[in-house]
Amino acid sequence: MKKLLIASILTITAGAWAQTVTVKVEGAWVRGTVATQKATGAFMRLTPSAKVRLVSVSSAAAGVAEIHEMSMENDVMKMRQIDGLDLNAGKATELKPGGFHIMLMDLKAPLKGGDSVPMTLTFEDAAKKTFTQDLTVSVTALGKGKAPNAMKPDMKSETKSDMKSEMKPEMEHKQ
Amino acid sequence: MPQKSLLFENRLGRTSRRSALKACVALGVVPWLVACDPLVSSGAASDGFKGIDITGADYARDFALVDFNGAPRTLADYRGQVVMLYFGFVQCPDVCPTALARAVEVLQLLGPAAAPQVQLLFITVDPERDTPALLLEYMAAFDPSFVAMTGSLAQIKATADAFRVYFKKVPTGSTYTMDHTALTYLFDPKGQIRVAMRHEQTAAEYAADIQRLLTEDEA
Ligand SMILES: [Cu+2]
Repeated sequence: MKKLLIASILTITAGAWAQTVTVKVEGAWVRGTVATQKATGAFMRLTPSAKVRLVSVSSAAAGVAEIHEMSMENDVMKMRQIDGLDLNAGKATELKPGGFHIMLMDLKAPLKGGDSVPMTLTFEDAAKKTFTQDLTVSVTALGKGKAPNAMKPDMKSETKSDMKSEMKPEMEHKQ
Repeated sequence: MPQKSLLFENRLGRTSRRSALKACVALGVVPWLVACDPLVSSGAASDGFKGIDITGADYARDFALVDFNGAPRTLADYRGQVVMLYFGFVQCPDVCPTALARAVEVLQLLGPAAAPQVQLLFITVDPERDTPALLLEYMAAFDPSFVAMTGSLAQIKATADAFRVYFKKVPTGSTYTMDHTALTYLFDPKGQIRVAMRHEQTAAEYAADIQRLLTEDEA
């Protein structure tokens, strides 16, 4: 009886937040690689409906995925893994060259322009509850420009955090 | 440990800049910042370089490495061309591909007549992972004219020191990344060190300084 009660409370709570928190992902892209290159970066713009923290990333395309911050100090490029990235409600946080990125390491195979990479983002909400969001991120060929994620607002996608839905690539990259 | 010496070493060699730098140092500001750099901050100075003028510097003189085809190389091999020299590594998600993509854009801006007079050279700071074959393929992904250099770790270290380029292996998870200086050095067609371009500068600014070096060579 007690067990049942706890179970039903949990369900109600889970159901309640699932209805509210969504994270909009826009302009996501992964930089392509050449044959024996083992690491690359993924970039995107994240806008949550409520304050959340991006706590981890995983991808079937890479053995390791980390959240990184790049900084330039006295013309020295430094890159560090960070524990997580706080995202403010309704505010877009850019993961872009020169700032934050998702570092994909130990790549299973080279990434060619036009390919797509599955990725799962794990967020933590204000109540410390985690939820995931699955993405399919398109690959921009290596050497094809610096920031190909030109805004295409009409193609932006949004998923409910409670659904493990497959997102469509936000835009096509011309090769 | 290298931070302090780096700041010290990064002082510019140019007399005309010394007073401004001293003022910045006195204020406790890092000398290499744009705000303390009269040429960069003024931006519009049409008679100066957009980058940092280091003409006559007693560093960044030459290197002796091997290219990705195994051929021994020094700067003299590129006499008659403006050389853009950049230190980086292939497993770099961000600044290195951005710098190389910008170099492609620079060649486009300069146009088909001037582009062959410009040579991009990339020196790896990660010779352990950046094999010649990987460097060859990586450069070709940007522009087949780009050439990458490698050498033993000791040779790379000595070269970086001679160019006042800092690099350091930083562990991350099961692997490592590299901190490194992200300046691009410009050499004039006579092989003299002239300009240090900063990573934050645009392709148009790079192209303007390169054009200037090419034009002054013709004059
Ligand atoms: Cu990284």
